[in-house]
Amino acid sequence: MSTTETPPLPAPPPPAGTPDKPRPAKLKPKAAPVTPIVPRATVAGRALVAVVAIMTFLAALTIGSVMAVRTTAGAWRSDVTREVTIQIRAGDKAVTDAQVRTAVDLARQTPGIAEAHVLTDTETSRLLEPWLGAGLDYSDLPVPRIVVLRLDPSVPADLARLRRTLTDRIPTAALDDHRTWSRRLGAMAEGVMYVGFGLLALVATATVLSVVFATRAAVATNRSIVEVLHFVGARDGFIAAQFQRHFLKIGTQGGVLGGVAAAALFGALMSLPRFGFEADPENPGILTWLDPGWLGFGGIVAAVVVIALVTALTSRITVYRTLRTIT
Amino acid sequence: MVAREGGRDSRKVKGVVRFENVGLRYGMGPEVLKDVTFGIEPNSFQFLTGPSGAGKTTLMRLLFLSLKPTRGLITMFGRDVSSLDPDEVAVIRRRIGIVFQDFRLLDHFTTYENVALPLRVLGKEEASYRAEVTELLHWVGLGDRMHVLPPVLSGGEKQRAAIARALIGRPEFLLADEPTGNVDPTLARRLLRLFVELNRSGTSVLLATHDIALMDQFDARRLVIADGRLYVYD
Repeated sequence: MSTTETPPLPAPPPPAGTPDKPRPAKLKPKAAPVTPIVPRATVAGRALVAVVAIMTFLAALTIGSVMAVRTTAGAWRSDVTREVTIQIRAGDKAVTDAQVRTAVDLARQTPGIAEAHVLTDTETSRLLEPWLGAGLDYSDLPVPRIVVLRLDPSVPADLARLRRTLTDRIPTAALDDHRTWSRRLGAMAEGVMYVGFGLLALVATATVLSVVFATRAAVATNRSIVEVLHFVGARDGFIAAQFQRHFLKIGTQGGVLGGVAAAALFGALMSLPRFGFEADPENPGILTWLDPGWLGFGGIVAAVVVIALVTALTSRITVYRTLRTIT
Repeated sequence: MVAREGGRDSRKVKGVVRFENVGLRYGMGPEVLKDVTFGIEPNSFQFLTGPSGAGKTTLMRLLFLSLKPTRGLITMFGRDVSSLDPDEVAVIRRRIGIVFQDFRLLDHFTTYENVALPLRVLGKEEASYRAEVTELLHWVGLGDRMHVLPPVLSGGEKQRAAIARALIGRPEFLLADEPTGNVDPTLARRLLRLFVELNRSGTSVLLATHDIALMDQFDARRLVIADGRLYVYD
């Protein structure tokens, strides 16, 4: 071998299998931040952050809306079921007045009825305003008389008995306990919740599929890195962990962005009355009822966490499967 | 030198690597490797050579467990490679250093990080291998290039970085695919000397090359592959 003219090399490293022994360092580089094995900034990564953010935003909107509908429907149901009304069809004024008085007496004698209030002409006309307009004289119209009964929540009222007594004594009277409304509200709230669950399932599926495609693309883009890792003896678990870490960051960034955006939107809607849109029970704003409550905001936080974890887990599973095709 | 065709050697070969009647075909195509039988002994040095398309790359891929044979038996460090699961393949690869012709350095890693990669995948702390990596980089003449990215390195520097990465895990078997293909003759001689010194320190070396002049500089066993058959010149 004629290599004498080449510059001499320093001593070679110890033979394979010899135990480690401390070596004097000629130059100690400063500890630098460890570069991630999967490159951080890629166009695919930024696009996925946007996708995850949008998915989280939609999921958070769904959760918040469902919780708001549930809370509002519950409040409406409780309002509705706290009151019952007696309607007495209009007839001769003196007779009708007598029937109203009888109805009020019967109601007050019934345990569980806290208060009986006969709607005045002004209150009745205000009720009819949305249909007939303001400023009309209703005295010639056969407008039924309404008695509003407020129930005592601590004593259950026997409304069936009251209904029988009323119809026996006043054939033109009818007791409306709003059970139909209550059932409809309950059905609507349940329906909205099921639709919300369906939307959440769709959003979750779309998120998982997006992450699967993004992971496959990332593995394909970084295939040379994966191959090098394989050749230097990295286990599949190590490689999958690198991608999982990368996608956990993406999922967390996207999730926080989407979650914060949704929470801010709900917060803004809830704050509307404070900025001049006075909450009026008779004339509520379009979206002022959209308050998810603490449970809803908790759900949004949970959605952010779940989506970040789902993103990481999906990428891990996808990387494992893809690695099986790379030797 | 005595030439014998690998397929006709029925002698039982023990050591780092053993091929017995290995054949390989891609899909339904013709056999790329035919009845390849040879062994690589501990602390041995050999060249692998042959014309382009003769099956050299395929043989190298079999050696670094990137392919499985369609027939025959390959054992590495006493293990039948066909029975290895992915984790066991990873453990075997940790005992092999691989130098690729195209270097395969990670462009977003510095030279230092590229060389340290095999130790990083073992889960070692950076502080525990910093001195070792630094010394090895000085040994291959890259002491002043350790914090630059590969695109800035010359071909020879990349090659030495790739060699350092293969050596950092103190492999028992070093596979080098055309390690002098991108460097000038002076550096090629220097790299050859580096491999020889490594071999003297106890590592088995298989150096694939087309460079007859390089092989003539060091008297070592030659594995010549032609038309899918392996001829061994001891």
